[in-house]
Amino acid sequence: MSGHSTYVPKSAIGKWFESRLPIVGLIHSSFVVFPNPRNLNYWWTFGGILAFMLVAQIVTGVVLAMHYTPNADLAFLSVEHIMRDVNYGWLIRYLHANGASMFFIAVYVHMFRGFYYGSYKAPREILWILGVIIFLLMMATAFMGYVLPWGQMSFWGATVITNLFSAFPVVGETIVSFLWGGYAVGNPTLNRFFSLHYLLPFMIAGVVILHIWALHIPGSNNPAGIEKKTEKDTLPFHPYFTVKDALALVVFVMFFSWFVFYIPNYLGHADNYIPADPAVTPAHIVPEWYFLPFYAILRAIPDKLMGVLAMFGSIAVLVFLPWLDTSKIKSATYRPLYRQFFWVFVACCIGLGWLGAKPPEGGYVIASRILTAYYFAHFLIILPLLGLFETPRRIPGSIAEAVLGKQGSASAMAAGAAASPNTKG
Amino acid sequence: MIKNRLVSLVAGAAALLAVAGPALAAGEVVQPPRNSWTFAGPFGHFDATQLQRGFKVFREVCSNCHSMNLIAFRNLSEKGGPEFTEAQVKALAAEYKVTDGPNDSGEMFQRPARPADRWPAPFKNKQEAQTANGGAYPPDFSVIAKARTYERGFPWFLFDIVLQFQEQGVDYITALMQGYKEPEHGVEVPAGKYYNTYFPGHIIAMPQPLNDGQVEYPKDANGRPQAPETIAQYAQDVSAFLMWAAEPHLEARKELGFKTLAFLLVFAGLLYFTKRKIWSKVEGHAHA
Repeated sequence: MSGHSTYVPKSAIGKWFESRLPIVGLIHSSFVVFPNPRNLNYWWTFGGILAFMLVAQIVTGVVLAMHYTPNADLAFLSVEHIMRDVNYGWLIRYLHANGASMFFIAVYVHMFRGFYYGSYKAPREILWILGVIIFLLMMATAFMGYVLPWGQMSFWGATVITNLFSAFPVVGETIVSFLWGGYAVGNPTLNRFFSLHYLLPFMIAGVVILHIWALHIPGSNNPAGIEKKTEKDTLPFHPYFTVKDALALVVFVMFFSWFVFYIPNYLGHADNYIPADPAVTPAHIVPEWYFLPFYAILRAIPDKLMGVLAMFGSIAVLVFLPWLDTSKIKSATYRPLYRQFFWVFVACCIGLGWLGAKPPEGGYVIASRILTAYYFAHFLIILPLLGLFETPRRIPGSIAEAVLGKQGSASAMAAGAAASPNTKG
Repeated sequence: MIKNRLVSLVAGAAALLAVAGPALAAGEVVQPPRNSWTFAGPFGHFDATQLQRGFKVFREVCSNCHSMNLIAFRNLSEKGGPEFTEAQVKALAAEYKVTDGPNDSGEMFQRPARPADRWPAPFKNKQEAQTANGGAYPPDFSVIAKARTYERGFPWFLFDIVLQFQEQGVDYITALMQGYKEPEHGVEVPAGKYYNTYFPGHIIAMPQPLNDGQVEYPKDANGRPQAPETIAQYAQDVSAFLMWAAEPHLEARKELGFKTLAFLLVFAGLLYFTKRKIWSKVEGHAHA
């Protein structure tokens, strides 16, 4: 995915194979010798963590599907069968359920890293848009996965969210009928959600391949937000970034394990341990935590259709981000004003998440409206204007200069290739 | 710079609270008191004698109205549970009759239960249960300890992550058993309903289920009950039993968790030093 491969097979069979399918060379050029900016910090390890989480979710999910029964009368019982009678079934299920949350924690860190360092800007617009598509697919997958245990929150969450589509004029009712497979959420809904829940992760995997392909054309952005120019700016992927990614991944898996083994139900809802009952509506229907900011935006708007449009718009606006941000400078390190607004935006998103969990009444609604307005203003007003009015700080001449300082990078240049880490290790 | 960030964060949070404050005050949650449970925390484990007492309370009181469909007799002798002996479980099961069949002539028949059978439900179906209980359906108890909770609120829900607090359900059930009171002034309690401090909305269809001295506990060597025969003790014991029923592999989970985290900690340490070594050759990175 990085163009030219420097890989030379040593064995005869290796040469024979490589001349017919140069896949080892592809892996070698993409993940061994690939030149990464030398200054990548730990926020850049979340891409690898996300790849791991996707694989972990698929593996645990495939095992769960061996024991799960997608039938409205049996689904809840089959999940409890997994929890009680399948060997280590409790582990597989808690890994999968908490894994979804970990996936979203990692993807939000990954996205906000992109916001902070301007990773969406030229020449990475397609890379960014593919990321938004992955995010949308993840949301659809997670939503349908949460329906499968067929508890109260599964059922009523599915009812509320599928009903949203009825707000669209003309086609709304038809879309809802297709989602339900009938005239209400029921067994056909569960069946098709299970089918799609199994399908979508493989579509995510496909888009992830495009995402990595698009990444390897310009290479990673970096904390300085300037492109790599010479070999001095980079380090080979292996061993420098394999070991860094591995360390971050293991620490992340420790965090993941804390939830799985000690507080496995912390991120879920108690109501989902009550079997689905169409006759009893729960007091508060709340989506999973990772949807809460969008849920707050949905409920902030009194009109149903406008609320739905605002909710989808809050994600759709991300597609246009590369053109809404008018600043030529990528990294917030060199954008004193944007840096302030970035943190206000972080606070805004956390605030929306908190409000999404609250009942839609009184002060909560007012606060949701203010923050929803701010959310859109950030993208549609603040970012376009900031680029025009902000005076950026001085940008270093190169990545090497950003790391070593002007003197250091000059002396390193003079010292020549012998001192280069690229030729070592 | 960090200071500026903090200022904007705090300002944002303050603005939020100022707007949302009145709504916060309006919500009313009676928080059940916290109990100390043997199964809480990273090394939590069930106290088998407590689970056996809790099972006795369940069997003699709760199971008259509440089913426990997911629990089989055999579970009662499994490791990490009440740990009755297999002989005890076999004898216990034989006291119950279950419907089996059809036999060779196509008839359903009654036979004594075996350890592999599920706990027999007190009613044939939901409708019969409702008719017998004034229209209210006594919920199944299999996962009830995980199906009940109360709102912790900010900032406690954040501390709960670090302190591993997962006992909202059992604390709530324990409090509910002891929450029967004369209604607060001005609260109308309909006929056939009762007032409970901890029940959401306070009006509950279940009459007070437990009374002091109602269940006889096993005696110790001195002929005294091994635990006080009081409502408070019954409530704790039966709640612990329900926690086990809802999460029968809790002990195995926490044990494996400790081993996993210990391994990962060592692994992370080794990777940390490996990375330090590799990056030490790179100019401009101490080990970054």
